[in-house]
Formats: sequence, C-alpha cells, structure tokens
Amino acid sequence: MKPGHGEVLLAEGDPRVRDEEERLVEEFRRQLDEGMWAAVPITDSGSGRREAQMVKSYRDIPDGAERVIFFPRASGG
Amino acid sequence: MLLALLSLALIALVLSAPLIVREIGRLRSRRRARGGLGGPLDELHLFDPGRERRAEGRARELLRSCVNDEEWAMYRDLGFIRVAGKHARRDGDRSAPGASPYAYLVYPHRPIVAYVPASGQLLSEYCVEFPDLTGGGGGRHRLPASDDVLAKWMALTSDEDRVIRRANMHLVGRQLDPARVRRDLWRLAEWERRRQVPQRTK
Repeated sequence: MKPGHGEVLLAEGDPRVRDEEERLVEEFRRQLDEGMWAAVPITDSGSGRREAQMVKSYRDIPDGAERVIFFPRASGG
Repeated sequence: MLLALLSLALIALVLSAPLIVREIGRLRSRRRARGGLGGPLDELHLFDPGRERRAEGRARELLRSCVNDEEWAMYRDLGFIRVAGKHARRDGDRSAPGASPYAYLVYPHRPIVAYVPASGQLLSEYCVEFPDLTGGGGGRHRLPASDDVLAKWMALTSDEDRVIRRANMHLVGRQLDPARVRRDLWRLAEWERRRQVPQRTK
C-alpha cells in the first residue's frame, strides 16, 4: 500500500524457484528497511475468522501464503 | 504613446527572458531531485484527476479479498468494520464464552473507537495514522480510505498491543462525536438484526 497510489505490485514469483525467491527476499528486505510493516492475511485455524499475521522476516511468511502486504507503520495521529 | 508603451513592454520581456528561463530550469531540477521524472509524463501523472478514484477502487478490492464476508458487507453498508479485542478486561471475561468483552470500530481516516459490545459503553478513541515514509509525497499523500481501514484491520488483528501502544489515546469525544458513534452502534445492531432474519427463515 502506497499513500497516494493505493495498491502497487512490488514483486511476484514462485518461492520454490531459486532466482525468483531471491528477488522476493530482496524486495521483502527493501520494504522492511524502508520502515514498512508486512502482514499476511490468513484464516485462523481455530475460530475460522480472517485475520492478519505480522511477519518480521522472510522466514516468518507462512507456507502457501499467496501474498505479503506492506503498509506504512502506524503512528499516533 | 501606445506604440511607446508596447515598445517598452517588448524590451522588458526580452531583458527578463534569461531570468525566466533560468527560473524554469531551477524548478525542473528541483522536481527531478525530489524523485519526479521532470518530463511531460510526470506532469501528466501529477494532474491525473482519476488517480485517487482508481486507487480507492483497487483498495476496496484488496480489502474485500482480505477480510471475511461479514466484515466486507459491514464496511460496504455501514462504512466501518468491527474488530474484536483479544484481551480479557476482567477475570470473568476469560471464562465467558462467545462474544469478546470489548471491540473496536475501525473507520477510514478517523480514530479507532474501543467499546463494550454488551453494554454499548464507549471506552476510548485511538488516533492512529499510516504516514508516507518514503517522503516522495512531501507528507501530502495518505492511503486511500479502504487501504487505511485494511491497515488498521491488519494491525489490530495481528498485533493489537503494538498498534494501541503507538496510537494517541483519548476519551471518546476529542475527534469523534460520541452521539454519532452511538448512532453507528445502533446502525450496526440493526444491520446485524436484519442479516439474521433471512438466515432464520431459511
């Protein structure tokens, strides 16, 4: 999510393909270095409710996640 | 007399032309330094009147793909989303099944409101925003409305404590009109009642 623009596709690829995974990792790090938060929308296995899981490193991304959403970190308004 | 004035104006224009050209060049290089392309495409981008509308359209689709059907319908019909709080307010809440002891109303570009669903009591408002970190917009840009709701939803459902710690907390009434929030709670109750009626009759 980019202020003034909305959703912007940063990178896409298959994490099982090495070159593509490297590109995904690089973009993931770049976004976090810029101070963005990263989250993956998931369905809670217990309650069945939709929620987000915050990820702080590439390894935290749940298996099978279709996308990671980066958004500006929250601050007091 | 008129001819003399026109001649003077022409001379003044010719003399000031280098200054004008230099100033235009300075403006262009300043814009380039800020990250813009400085070309005609950049100008077109800046003055695109449909950009925000398209961004909001994309944001709505993204929100819809992330939240569940009930939350999406709530946002579509009422303009806000309810997010259940994850903590217990009292020891008794831990053993109480079902409804959460408190919840949040998430509005676009307005504070998050915490309240008690069982009583409708308003607890507090949390002022939070998601500012442009890249600096490209000079702080002018903000997320589209639906992206702002999604960002709050993701932050609350993934790490409630962190977003609440970062927010500025006030009693309800600082930015939001408590009467309007109560009216929204009434609208939410009516909305839920209407949604339950067709399900019961099935």
